[in-house]
Amino acid sequence: MSEQTPEPAPGLAIDARGISKSFGQQTALDGLDLRVPAGAVTALIGPNGSGKTTTVRVLSTLLAPDSGSVTVFGYDVVADAAAVRGLIGVTGQFSAVDQLLTGRENLALMADLHHLRRTVARERIPDLLARFELAEAADRPAMTYSGGMRRRLDLAMTLMGEPSIVFLDEPTTGLDPRGRLVLWRIIRELVASGVTVLLTTQYLEEADRLADQVTLIDHGRQVADGTPAQLKRFAPGGRVRLRFAGEGVLAEASSLFDGAEPAEDGLSLVLASDGSVSSLQRVLDTLAVHQLPVESLSVEPPDLDDVFFALTGQEERR
Amino acid sequence: MTAQAFAVSDTATMLRRDLKHALRFPMVAMSGFLTPVVLLLLFDGVFGRTLRAGLHGAALGGGYVDYVVPGVLVMAAGGVAEATAIGINTDMSEGIIARFRTMAIWRPAVLAGPVAGSVARTVLTGAAVLAVGIGLGFRPHASVLGWLAVAGLFALLGLALSWLTVAFGLLAKTPAGANSLSLIPLFLPFVSSAFVPTGAMPAGVRAFAQYEPFTPVIDSLRGLLTGAPIGADGLQVLAWCAGIAVAGFWWATTLYNRGPRTAG
Repeated sequence: MSEQTPEPAPGLAIDARGISKSFGQQTALDGLDLRVPAGAVTALIGPNGSGKTTTVRVLSTLLAPDSGSVTVFGYDVVADAAAVRGLIGVTGQFSAVDQLLTGRENLALMADLHHLRRTVARERIPDLLARFELAEAADRPAMTYSGGMRRRLDLAMTLMGEPSIVFLDEPTTGLDPRGRLVLWRIIRELVASGVTVLLTTQYLEEADRLADQVTLIDHGRQVADGTPAQLKRFAPGGRVRLRFAGEGVLAEASSLFDGAEPAEDGLSLVLASDGSVSSLQRVLDTLAVHQLPVESLSVEPPDLDDVFFALTGQEERR
Repeated sequence: MTAQAFAVSDTATMLRRDLKHALRFPMVAMSGFLTPVVLLLLFDGVFGRTLRAGLHGAALGGGYVDYVVPGVLVMAAGGVAEATAIGINTDMSEGIIARFRTMAIWRPAVLAGPVAGSVARTVLTGAAVLAVGIGLGFRPHASVLGWLAVAGLFALLGLALSWLTVAFGLLAKTPAGANSLSLIPLFLPFVSSAFVPTGAMPAGVRAFAQYEPFTPVIDSLRGLLTGAPIGADGLQVLAWCAGIAVAGFWWATTLYNRGPRTAG
C-alpha cells in the first residue's frame, strides 16, 4: 500500500479548504479549513453539533462535500476516493465491528479485505490481539465484549491494513478512566511508528495530552488552530486557587471576591486571574486586610477549557 | 480501478462472512427450509385430493404431488430471498458497513457476498423440498442433462430473486418494510401455474397468470422434472431470470452507492 503513496504536499497529510456541507436546511460545515500535518496527532475539538463527525465523514469518503476541496496525501476525496480509501483507517463513533464474529474472525475479515498474504495475516492478527489486550477474548463473539474491548477491537481492525492516516471520531467517549489510558497509550505508539492521527474529541484534556496540533471548530467553521500552547494564549488568563482551613473562613473569603467559585473539595476557592503579578498582589492584599489565613495558594495557567470559552463563548464541560 | 481486480476475492470474503452468520444463527436458515416443506405437506396432504378431483386429472400427469413440487420449489426460492432482504436490511444498520465503505474493496462485494450465500441456501432448500417430495411419492424422471438444467435454472432463479430482494432490503427503512416488499415475489407464484393450471382460472386472472414470469419458470421446471409438456420458451425463461437479476443488481448497487441511510 505504501508504494502507491504519492509525494504529499510538503508536510501535510490533509489539506481541506472551504468545505461546506448541508443536510436540507441544516448547515453542518460552513467553509471549514483544516490542515493536518503528517506524522503527528491533530485534534479536532468543538462542542456537540459543531461539525466534527461530518468532517470525519467527508475526509473518509463517506460523504461528498457540497463545495470546497479536500485532499488526503495529495488525493482528492471525491475524484480519487478509491486511492484515498487505500491510505486511511477509520474508527467511528459507532462500533464498526461485526458483532456476530469473534475478535479473531473480525481481524481475519480485515486481513482478507486488505488482500494480505496469509503469512502476513498469521503474524499480524496475534500481534494486534496482544497489543490491544484482546488475546484472552479472541475467540468470543464481539457481542459479548465490553464497551472498551469493542473500541479496542475496532481500532485493531482499523490498523490491520497499516493505514498511513487514522481517523478517530471521539475514540474515548464512554470509556472508563483505565480504558481511556489504554487507548491514549495506543495512539501515542501509533504516532511514534509514523502514522498520522486525526482525532475528534469533546474532552479538552484529551486534546491537551495527546495532540501536537489542535483545530477548534464551531458552527462548521474553524475558530482557531495551533499547538495547545499557542491556543492557550487566546485565553485571558488562568486561575488562582486558595485553600482555607475551614468552611467559615471559606465563606467569609468568597464574599470578598467577585465571581469566586467554591471548588469541589469544599475548602477551596477558585478565582479568575489574568496571571499578572499585580493581580495576584491584589488578592493577597485583600486577604491580609481581612486577616484571613490561607493554607495554600496555587496559580493555574489557562487550559484548553479557557480557550474554548474565550473563543466560542460557550461553557463546555468543566 | 484496482478495486475491480478483487471482485471475486472480495465477494468470496463477504460470502464467508455471510455463511459464518448463517452457521451462528441456524434458526433463520431452518425456518427458510421448514416453510416450503410445510407448504408441500399442506398442498399435497390437505388440499391435494380436492384439487386433483376438481381438475378431473386434466393436465396433471400422475398424482397431485407430481404437479405441485415444482411450484413449491419456486416458493422456496422466494422464501429464502425474503430472509435475505431482511438480513441485508439489518446488516445495513450495523457500524461495520460504514467501515466497508471506507475501505478500498470492490464495493458491490458487500451485497454480492450475501447474494451468493442466498443462492447457496436456495439450492440447498430446493434439494430438501425435492427430498421431502420424493418421500411423498413424487417420481421425477429427468435425465442427467435434465437434472443439470433443473439445478442451473433453479440457481439462476435464486440469483434473480436474491438481487431483487437485496434491493428491497436496501430500499426499506426497517426490517419489517423489507419483509413486506419481499411478499410480492413470495405470493406471485399463487397466481401462476404453481398449484393449478392457468387454464383452470377465471379469464381475467388467467391472462395475468399466463404472462407473469413465474409461470414459464414453473412450467419449465415441471417439464424438465416430469417430462410434462413445457409449453414455455426456454429463452423466454432465461430472459426473465437474467433480466430480473441484472435489474436487481443495478438497482441494489445504485441504492448502496447513494450512501448511508442517515444524514448525521
